Amino acid sequence: MFLEGYGLLILKGTWVTLQQALLSLAISFVIGLIGAAGRLSKNRLVSGVATAYTTIIRGIPDLVLMLLIFYSMQLWLNSLTDWLDWEQIDIEPFAAGAATLGFIYGAYYAETFRGAFLAVPKGQIEAAIAYGMTSWQVFRRVLFPQMMRFALPGIANNWQVTLKATALVSIIGLADVIKATQLAGKATYHFFYFTLIAAIIYLLLTTVSNFVLMWLEKRYSVGVRQGAL
Amino acid sequence: MIEILETYWRAFLWTDGNGFSGLAVTMWLLIVSVGIGFFISIPLAVARVSPRRAIAGPVWVFTYVFRGTPLYVQLLLIYSGIYGLESVRAVDFLNAFFRSGFNCTLLAFTLNTCAYTTEMFAGSIKATYYGEIEAARAYGMNTFTLYRRIIIPGALRRALPAYSNEVILMLHATSLAFTATVPDILKVARDANAATYKSFQAFGIAALMYLAITFALIALFRRAEYKWLAYLRPTTA
Repeated sequence: MFLEGYGLLILKGTWVTLQQALLSLAISFVIGLIGAAGRLSKNRLVSGVATAYTTIIRGIPDLVLMLLIFYSMQLWLNSLTDWLDWEQIDIEPFAAGAATLGFIYGAYYAETFRGAFLAVPKGQIEAAIAYGMTSWQVFRRVLFPQMMRFALPGIANNWQVTLKATALVSIIGLADVIKATQLAGKATYHFFYFTLIAAIIYLLLTTVSNFVLMWLEKRYSVGVRQGAL
Repeated sequence: MIEILETYWRAFLWTDGNGFSGLAVTMWLLIVSVGIGFFISIPLAVARVSPRRAIAGPVWVFTYVFRGTPLYVQLLLIYSGIYGLESVRAVDFLNAFFRSGFNCTLLAFTLNTCAYTTEMFAGSIKATYYGEIEAARAYGMNTFTLYRRIIIPGALRRALPAYSNEVILMLHATSLAFTATVPDILKVARDANAATYKSFQAFGIAALMYLAITFALIALFRRAEYKWLAYLRPTTA
């Protein structure tokens, strides 16, 4: 039998892991853009809040933040439902995990994007304004495509970290690839074998993402001249 | 918050009554794994940049595997995986080593940080300015002396900013230790949470402690950079 009958469970777990990673990426990407805009804002209050967010979140382990947010949200939700006289709502690990990972890695993306925005030459933005583009057009046509070029190595790095961080969500109960392999290990007493399978699946995922990121890097560096070494 | 601190402050800092716990254990895990990882990664980095495939290849495989899988999986593999093997439990020495969650955690952390540090130092060695190597050769240094006097000191200095990042990430990674029953800061926070149901306060204290250690490490590395990267600073009249 395929993986002693646990093949399907592990495949399903892998799919959950992948969904979790992609959803976290999407959330952290959006939070990162907002955070970068906040850090670059001329408003002292806005940039102060954004700086506090990126500094504090990056200074605390992701696992600690995850447990902090997961357990306290559940308790707060319980007191809210008690107060409203509703039935208890249990927070789902998938949503909680994606929200927490998105919130945490949003801080890392914010720093990546901030650096990339600053790397776009000012003259190009001035030229775009001189052409009569609205600020949205400047962002979409000039700033964003070039910012992505500078941000891509950082994004690649953050993505690999986020992908590996999804392994932690199994600690708060997500039925991901880790959970599936540990279940299989417990039932068959082949812990080493099944954990090795989990490791191989992660290695495959990171290897595939490496190739995708290399392709993206090529795409976004269209028109960049490189000096021959 | 006050009640938790009154009951658990000793456990958070150094002892839970039975043995070391909290901050003391977290720092011990960090210092031992980063310390051993540092010394192993220097020869590995030198091997990694070797033009000979037979030497560079195995090191590449090691760093690729350990950087491509989550630390949690590595810890599970070493802690519950290896000890689950009959052949390991049959050998007295291995049985004694892998039975302890503390040993397994240290082994996993050391291998993990070693992989990341090796790649970092290898990149730094490769970035050595060719003129320095030519000059050293012209002075008649052999390869060992060249590495010892010129390449390694320069490469380690240049790697310092990236290395400080790795140490901080490793500090954050030590919070995984509780999954192998090691009583670090997060384990104490979980105990406090289970006993009081004050999740925000219990984990909040742990978060603040990690934040404080992170800032202390940043300050420490700033001083180190000021000292060892002094020659890169613009000179002032």
